[in-house]
Amino acid sequence: MTLTNSPYDVELLRKDFPILDRRVHDNVPLVYLDSANTSQKPQQVIDVLSGFYEQHNSNIHRATHALGEEATEAYETARLKVAAFIGATSADEIVFTKNSTESLNLVANVLAWGERRLRPGDEVVVTEMEHHSNIVPWQLLCERTGATLRWFGVTDEGRLDLSNIDGLINARTKVVSFVHVSNILGTLNPVPLIAARAHAVGAIVVVDASQSVPQLPVDVQALGVDFLAFTGHKMCGPTGVGVLWGRRELLEALPPFLGGGEMIETVTMQGSTYAGLPHKYEAGTPPIAEAVTLGAAVDYLNSIGIDAIAAHEQHITAYALAALASVPGLRILGPTEAVDRGGAVSFTLNNVHPHDVAQILDGDGIAVRAGHHCGRPIHQRFGVAASTRASFYLYTTQAEIDALVVGLDKAKRFFS
Amino acid sequence: MQLESMYQEIILDHYRKPHHKGLRNPFDVEVHHVNPTCGDEITLRVKLDGDTVSDMSYDSAGCSISQASASMLADLVIGRDIDAGLRAHREFVALMQSKGEVEPDEEILEDAVAFTGVSKYPARVKCALLSWMAWKDATAQARVKALNGPASTLAAGDTSPAATSSEGSSS
Repeated sequence: MTLTNSPYDVELLRKDFPILDRRVHDNVPLVYLDSANTSQKPQQVIDVLSGFYEQHNSNIHRATHALGEEATEAYETARLKVAAFIGATSADEIVFTKNSTESLNLVANVLAWGERRLRPGDEVVVTEMEHHSNIVPWQLLCERTGATLRWFGVTDEGRLDLSNIDGLINARTKVVSFVHVSNILGTLNPVPLIAARAHAVGAIVVVDASQSVPQLPVDVQALGVDFLAFTGHKMCGPTGVGVLWGRRELLEALPPFLGGGEMIETVTMQGSTYAGLPHKYEAGTPPIAEAVTLGAAVDYLNSIGIDAIAAHEQHITAYALAALASVPGLRILGPTEAVDRGGAVSFTLNNVHPHDVAQILDGDGIAVRAGHHCGRPIHQRFGVAASTRASFYLYTTQAEIDALVVGLDKAKRFFS
Repeated sequence: MQLESMYQEIILDHYRKPHHKGLRNPFDVEVHHVNPTCGDEITLRVKLDGDTVSDMSYDSAGCSISQASASMLADLVIGRDIDAGLRAHREFVALMQSKGEVEPDEEILEDAVAFTGVSKYPARVKCALLSWMAWKDATAQARVKALNGPASTLAAGDTSPAATSSEGSSS
C-alpha cells in the first residue's frame, strides 16, 4: 500500500494544542488516541472561550446594552459560520442544542405529536451500527406512537447490508435515521443513496454526523438529507453545544420541542404562539459562550482546510490499519482498508479484555477507549461484548500509531 | 504508573485460573448483573444451608479485575457463615472506596487484599465490585426465600425458571 503524506505539517499544527504537550502518570508523554470520544482544543479556540467570559459575557436577544449586543452578535455570527461550514442555505436552519444526542431527541420528539406525528403502522428505520443516541430516541418515539422500529443489518466487513433496502424502506416508512460515519466501525455510509430511496417513499431522512462533520467536507445539499445532527466537542469546539440542521419547511411545519423563554412570539394564559426559526427550537438561555466558541472551532478547521484534514485522516487511518494488521491476534471490527472509512478503529486482541488492554496502554500514556462505545448492538453483531478503540484526528501522528502497536504487544505479553 | 500495583500477581493468578467457576446445581437463587459501561456480566447462583453459604457458583465474562474478584469472592464465602461473607463484603466495598488509603484486614479479605491497588483507579472499581454486588443481591433474595419456607428451594437438577433473576447495575 502506498501512503500519501499528510497535506500539512502535523508537528507544527500540534503546537496549537497545549494539552498534547501533557505528560501523565510517571512523566510519560500523552498519546491521545481517543478523538472520536472528544477532540482536543487548540489555543485559538480556548482563547475565544475565556475571552468571551472576560470581555463580552451577557445574555442574548434581550439585553439592551452594549454587552448584550456584543454577545448576541457573537452568537449569531457563530450560527452563520456553522451554516456555511455544512452548506446550509440559511443560518435560520441551524439550531443550537446541547449535543448530538439532544439534536436527535429533538427530531424524535417533535414527530410524536402535531400533524406529522407517527401513528400505529408507521415505520422508523435505523441501522445496527448506530450509537445508542440514534437508537433509543426512536425506540421511545415508537413506544409513544405505536410505530414500529426496523433496522438495516451489517455485513461481516462492517458495511450496511443494503440488499433489502427496497423492502426495509417502504410505503409505511416515515423516518430513516442513520449514521454518516460510524463511531465504532469507522464505516462511511452512502448517504445520498439511502436518502434517495427514503425520499422516494416520502420518509424524513435524519443523519447522525457526529463523526463526519469534524473530519470530512459535509454539504447538506449534496447529501440530500432533511436533518443533520452533530456536536461541537468532537470538532475542536467546547462541550455543551451541539447542532441540528433541518430543512426550513420541516422545521417550520413541525411543532416545538422544549417550551420556555425565547421560543415564543406571544404568551397568554390561554395559549401561546411561537417564534420563527431558529428560535422556535432554542428555548431558554442557550449555551452562548459554547456556541460562540464553536464558531471559533469552525474558523480553526477552515484555517487548516477541511479537505486537508480529511486527507490527513485518510492518511493516518491507512497507516494505522496497516500497522494494526501486523499485530498477531488483533481483529478489527469494521472495514480493514481506508476506503469509505473514518478515523476510528475498534478491535479485539486475543482474549485480553478491552479494559485490560486500555489499562496497560494508559500505563504508557496512551489514551484509547475500552467498552462498547455506546454501541452495544453492533458489538453483539460481531459476537463480542466490548472492544478497544483507537481514534484519530488532525493532530494524530504516525509515531503515536507506532506507540500504540508497541503498547498492544506489551498488553498481550502481560496477560499471556 | 506502576501497573503492578493494580495487576498483583495473585490477581493475575486468579484471572488465569479462576476458582469455583461454572454454574452448579442445586441453588436457591440465580441473579444476573451487568456493568452497563462495558458490558461485563455475571450470572451468579447461591445455595444456602441454614446460616451457611453451602455453594456459590457463577459464569462471567469480563476483564481480569472482575474475573479475579469473582474467584476470590467464591473462596471467601463458600462453606462459610453468611455473616462472615457479609462482613467480608463490607470490608471489600470499604476497601474499593478507599482510593488506596485503607489498610485492609487480611484476616477477613485473604487474597482480596490484593485489590488495594485497584481502588486507586476509579474506572476499575466497578469491575471489582460486579460479582460482590451480585452475591449480596442473591444472598439477600435467598434469605427471604428461606424465611418463606423450604418448599421454595430448588431441588438438585431442577432447571425450572422458578429461581428469581434480577438485572441491575453493579453500582
